Amino acid sequence: MEPFTTHTGVIATLDRANVDTDQIIPKQFLKSIQRTGFGKSLFFDWRYGDDGKPNPDFELNQPEFEGASILVTRNNFGCGSSREHAVWAVAQYGFRAIVAPWQESLGSRVPGFADIFCNNCVKNGILTIELSESDVDQIFAVVNARKGIEAAIDLEAQTLTLKSDPEHVFSFEVNAVVKDHLLRGLDDIALTLAHEADITAFEQQHNTQLPT
Amino acid sequence: MSAKTLFDKIWDRHVVKTMPDGTALLYIDRHLVHEVTSPQAFEGLRLAGRSLRRPDLSFATMDHNVPTTSEDRMTIRDPISAAQVEALRANCREFGVNLYDLQSDHQGIVHIIGPEMGITLPGMTIVCGDSHTSTHGAFGTLAFGIGTSEVEHVLATQTLRQSRPKTFRVEFTGQLQPGVTSKDMILKLIGLIGTAGGTGYVIEYAGEAVRALSMEARMTICNMSIEGGARAGMIAPDDVTYDYIAAQDRPFAPKGADFDRAVEFWRTLPSDPDATFDRTLTIKADEIAPQVTWGTNPGMVVDVTERVPAPGEVPGASARDVEQALAYMGLTPGTPMTEIPLDTVFIGSCTNARIEDLRKIATIIKGRRKADSVRVIVVPGSQQVRKQAEREGIDRIFVDAGAEWRYAGCSMCLGMNPDQLKPGERCASTSNRNFEGRQGKGGRTHLVSPEMAAAALLEGHFVDIRNWQPAA
Ligand code: SF4
Repeated sequence: MEPFTTHTGVIATLDRANVDTDQIIPKQFLKSIQRTGFGKSLFFDWRYGDDGKPNPDFELNQPEFEGASILVTRNNFGCGSSREHAVWAVAQYGFRAIVAPWQESLGSRVPGFADIFCNNCVKNGILTIELSESDVDQIFAVVNARKGIEAAIDLEAQTLTLKSDPEHVFSFEVNAVVKDHLLRGLDDIALTLAHEADITAFEQQHNTQLPT
Repeated sequence: MSAKTLFDKIWDRHVVKTMPDGTALLYIDRHLVHEVTSPQAFEGLRLAGRSLRRPDLSFATMDHNVPTTSEDRMTIRDPISAAQVEALRANCREFGVNLYDLQSDHQGIVHIIGPEMGITLPGMTIVCGDSHTSTHGAFGTLAFGIGTSEVEHVLATQTLRQSRPKTFRVEFTGQLQPGVTSKDMILKLIGLIGTAGGTGYVIEYAGEAVRALSMEARMTICNMSIEGGARAGMIAPDDVTYDYIAAQDRPFAPKGADFDRAVEFWRTLPSDPDATFDRTLTIKADEIAPQVTWGTNPGMVVDVTERVPAPGEVPGASARDVEQALAYMGLTPGTPMTEIPLDTVFIGSCTNARIEDLRKIATIIKGRRKADSVRVIVVPGSQQVRKQAEREGIDRIFVDAGAEWRYAGCSMCLGMNPDQLKPGERCASTSNRNFEGRQGKGGRTHLVSPEMAAAALLEGHFVDIRNWQPAA
């Protein structure tokens, strides 16, 4: 897996909440048995008209967002189905990082990303960044005023720097395990297989059907 | 020893070791596999020259791509779907995985056949490359959906690296009103907490109204935990659970003395009375009305007695999101939910296509005809459900009512197969997701319980089933 250390790129904004994985990559593209080729189908139903041509009203089709590699969106991005195809599509389109706001609801903190989607991102070297709603609002406002603006992300320092004038630095939290994983681009299976003896020992005392 | 929740007890029993980074290496007892999320995982194994650690603990079937009409079923006409189904066959052969293929009596939606065959049992960890794996939590198992990279990890190591989730206890007090179901309980909860409200938690459903539910109804609740953001939902096992497991021939369930010994263990699983949860919520079951979704996610839901809301009236949703949802759904604010005309009624999916669901609908529609304006598709969740329904004459009741009686599969729950809505078509569906395009591009989905779907198919629109009588 490609490590994620620092990244600088154009920001694209998608002003929608609860973007589900059926929107990110519609069902008809899940029939592929390959791991590649999903980038052109990202947000398919929004991105293309019935004639198959790019839909000019869809945010990501704005010329200023061409080549964008940082997606800034609203809360609960990636909800719904567990399909990793959604993350493959995001990655193969060219995004390296996604930013979404966490929210306060009924006295608890609601994450900006759905659980399984977030896990799938880590496995594919995509960084998900949670910021406060006001921070995300601020990025939207800056991008709306100056489309095509870039940001620089430094995972080690846990900062996203908006290349506005003056620059604006946002700090973000990241789970230590996820951070290490991304920075080093680790292969999970190889890591786990290094503990094979422990798995074998566990299996000897663990009955998978009945208690022992 | 400190008090433990049901979740804690299962989790702790499955930790192989705590990794240096603090995550747990969790042993997986059962791995369910379907054709859509597995091909790239098997390919990954092949490329790395790895084999399956425990092929005996993986169980595969095909469900998503499968046509549900007799003509198309065995010879899938869509070449890409056919290739994906064939890839599963080839992978199961090569790696030695149990496969319930199309001609098997046990083929069906993966979350229906697991419980049906006794693959799903209390106290286990179960995963599948499918978000509705939460269904199996109804047995007091820890069951959750994973992505394809994690599928590959389980195939190779029979474990997963996981951070411990938080616990959330949702208690339903009192009793449901007649006609109100477990589908309404879970939709109500999602309406309250939102589609991200449970993210990061494992939910345990408890309380009098949950205890009173059948296993089928419990599976419906746990199934839709993911629609509230929770990867897993669980219900403590009890006599209802043990009776279900013992009730009929479930090839993988323990028998005789083994069964008795298992029950003894299963009885130790429920949360200790003084166990604490990271979060709790109480809902009065007797106040829940039949639920109908009006928007494009399952949190956009109202009581059937309410009206389509206006932008600005929906807590937790921005005016813009509500406008987009209403535009997609073709709805005008203020319209009573009971006056929305329907084109299609879909009865199926891993949420509500078990034998009990079909029996309940059959009781309501027996001897009656569907409304002329609607098309009705009934897709049993498994071949076993289909056979059982046919033994009971339920298929005749559906056919006489004017419905199409199909073979098992995911069907119109997500249009990966020929069953799809056309643009603009409006459907009352017993499934779990009303996302844009889910049932077909431009299709409009309203999620409801099987009983509400039964009334809707007779009337051509929604009714409040609590005070409705079908015309004689
Ligand atoms: S019935 Fe629907 S939700 Fe269930 S597994 Fe199939 S596609 Fe997924």
